[in-house]
Amino acid sequence: MDNLNTYLSIAAILFSLGMFGVITRRNAIAVLMGIELILNSANLNFLAFAKFGGMNMSGHIFALFVIIMAAAEAAVALAIIINIYNNYKTINVDDVRELRQ
Amino acid sequence: MTGNMFINYSLLILFLPVAAFTIQIFIGKRLPRQGDWVSIGAVIITLVLAIAMFASMLFGHDPNFSQEASFTWLDMGVFKIELGFLVDNITITMLLVVALISTMTHIFSLKYMEGDIRYSRYYAYLGLFTFSMNGIVLANNLISMYMFWELVGVSSYLLIGHWYEKDSASDAAKKAFLTNRVGDIGFFIGILLIFSSLGTFVFSEIYDGIAAGQLGGTVLTFAGIGLFLGAMGKSSQFPLHIWLPDAMEGPTPVSALMHAATMVAAGVYLVVRLFPLFTPDALLVIAYVGGFTALFAATIAVTQNDIKKVLAYSTVSQLGYMILSVGTGAYIAGFFHLVTHAMFKACLFYGSGSVIHSMHHALDKKHDHKTDPQDMRNMGGFKKKMPITYWAMLICTLAISGVPLFSGFLSKDAILAGTLSFASQNPGHFLLPVFGFGAAAITAFYMFRLMIMTFHGKPQMPEIYDDIHESPKEMTFPLVVLSSLSIFIFYTLPYFNPFSDEGWFSEMIVASDSVVPGNETAHYIAEGIHHVHYYAMALSLIVAALGIFLSWTMYFKKKISADGWAKKLKPIYNLSFNKYFFDENYNQYLYQPFLKLSNLVAYIDWDLYDKYFINGFGRVTKLFSFFTGRLDYDGLDQTIIDGIGRSTRRAGGVLKYLQTGRLQSYLLFALLGVILLVLFQSF
Repeated sequence: MDNLNTYLSIAAILFSLGMFGVITRRNAIAVLMGIELILNSANLNFLAFAKFGGMNMSGHIFALFVIIMAAAEAAVALAIIINIYNNYKTINVDDVRELRQ
Repeated sequence: MTGNMFINYSLLILFLPVAAFTIQIFIGKRLPRQGDWVSIGAVIITLVLAIAMFASMLFGHDPNFSQEASFTWLDMGVFKIELGFLVDNITITMLLVVALISTMTHIFSLKYMEGDIRYSRYYAYLGLFTFSMNGIVLANNLISMYMFWELVGVSSYLLIGHWYEKDSASDAAKKAFLTNRVGDIGFFIGILLIFSSLGTFVFSEIYDGIAAGQLGGTVLTFAGIGLFLGAMGKSSQFPLHIWLPDAMEGPTPVSALMHAATMVAAGVYLVVRLFPLFTPDALLVIAYVGGFTALFAATIAVTQNDIKKVLAYSTVSQLGYMILSVGTGAYIAGFFHLVTHAMFKACLFYGSGSVIHSMHHALDKKHDHKTDPQDMRNMGGFKKKMPITYWAMLICTLAISGVPLFSGFLSKDAILAGTLSFASQNPGHFLLPVFGFGAAAITAFYMFRLMIMTFHGKPQMPEIYDDIHESPKEMTFPLVVLSSLSIFIFYTLPYFNPFSDEGWFSEMIVASDSVVPGNETAHYIAEGIHHVHYYAMALSLIVAALGIFLSWTMYFKKKISADGWAKKLKPIYNLSFNKYFFDENYNQYLYQPFLKLSNLVAYIDWDLYDKYFINGFGRVTKLFSFFTGRLDYDGLDQTIIDGIGRSTRRAGGVLKYLQTGRLQSYLLFALLGVILLVLFQSF
């Protein structure tokens, strides 16, 4: 149980769930939550490699950086979502389709 | 004054009138008084400059004074054209003549052309003419002379056709232009003959080349005759004289300026300027053409009733004199006559203009628009009404008839002495002095006929006589100036001998030797003239007196009936009255066959060549183009060029649906791409 593969598998499952959420959710907040999941799966990988793969303290530092970055990203993303809401009166990502041809 | 200043002054004289022309043509109409003061100011400045140059020439006392300035106009390696200006005593004198007559014309026109519909346009063209004439005078090479020559032709055309609403005026303008064209072709051939042998257009280099024997014999003779053809056209010599009388359709001041005093003198100026390069044969041609023209035109002038026509033929005749004197080698006498003639003939034309002007007004008052105001048969007795015009014209008539104390006597005498000396050295050519003296007698006769018919006797139209008035000051001023300049003293200073042309003119303007090997030297010619001078003078006095006497008895005393003699000599009278049927014969034997030929050529061109060859060629080309067009359009364009485009467009049309605008689908594609990459990586 206490080996690298278990951690990586859990991280992979977490990544897939996050990805699934990002792709399928209509609500922008939910999409943001999926992104958080993906970032945390990456964090889990860093920590697993720190313990088993010889990354040592570097892995921990990386994970800390990712958490900080995630916080910043969440702040920016939420600001974007508020602006989207102000413009479109919705946060349904399907309705925001300005990029369409 | 240094030499450079001469050139600078000449350039100013050259370009001031053209500046006035530019102003007049563009904004003349919007200026106060339609801008006549611009033109008049410009010519008066040129006159002042010309007088300054002339004075410093007189006080310079250098007969051989000459200044040249040139610049490269065209440089194409082996082919190089230099243009430039030549200022010598002949040039300075001629510049003064042109500036003076031009100024007088500008002043005279103030009243004569008052209220004209194209008043500013008229002054503009006068400026253009003055510019071109000065250009001819200043040229030191054949090319720029030719350019200005044509410019003179253009301005003459524009001014003759000034009243182009009248058919006769526009026809006369065309006739003048086309007749000049004939001469100018000869001029151009002459230029090319010289250039092809010597490779230069500059006078002095041409003379050097001929003196060195690089060009001579028949070629040079033909080149000379070619150049002379140009002079024949411009100076209206037989058989190209037909345009000048018709040119009288232009306004009278224009006739005075161009068709009497200056422009027609351009031909004489050309032969005077180029005298050194004429071969003896060419000179003989020149002499005979000039002599014949002098007599021939005089015989026409005798029977004309239109006051301007008489003066026009008189001009042709006097130009013949000048040309004759060039032919006999006494070309300085010809130039002398050019100068004196410019004064008295311009004055005579102004006088006729003044008479016509007042006739016109008198007829206008009676609402008579049918009577010809130029017909001398409607005049008579104007002496009391127009004293200034009368006296001015009388002085000029005496001058042109060769009466002593007047300028014409000196110059005419010099020419006749030249012909007499030529004939005494070459007895075979006895006809030349006969032409000269004959023309002198006839000139005296018809000029007094004109004076007597116009100013003496009973008024022929008493109903308008009371309305005849002297012309305003603007018109009498030029008359007074020019008639005073027809007195001998202006030409013989500092001497006062009315029987000798010794004076500043003969001292300052000396003949140069011909550069053609074998021609007589200027000294030899002068000796010959000196030898026969007194015979010539006596003879010319006799013939002038004869002419005047005959005219006096016939028209003043009416002792001899002019009509009776006209009836007796009916065939000759008719010939002369109808100008020897020149226009009619030209029409029948030259224009009509030429028209027929042109029609034939046009038929061949339009109906045969165009229809069958050109159109056939067109049709074949069309057919060929049709096939290549199909190949190009249907084959290449549709499949390859448009095909690529179309398929790209179609692919785009299909693929555009992938762009849903939903970020999540993009992300999905990206994920699928990554998975695919990973899969490819693993296998």
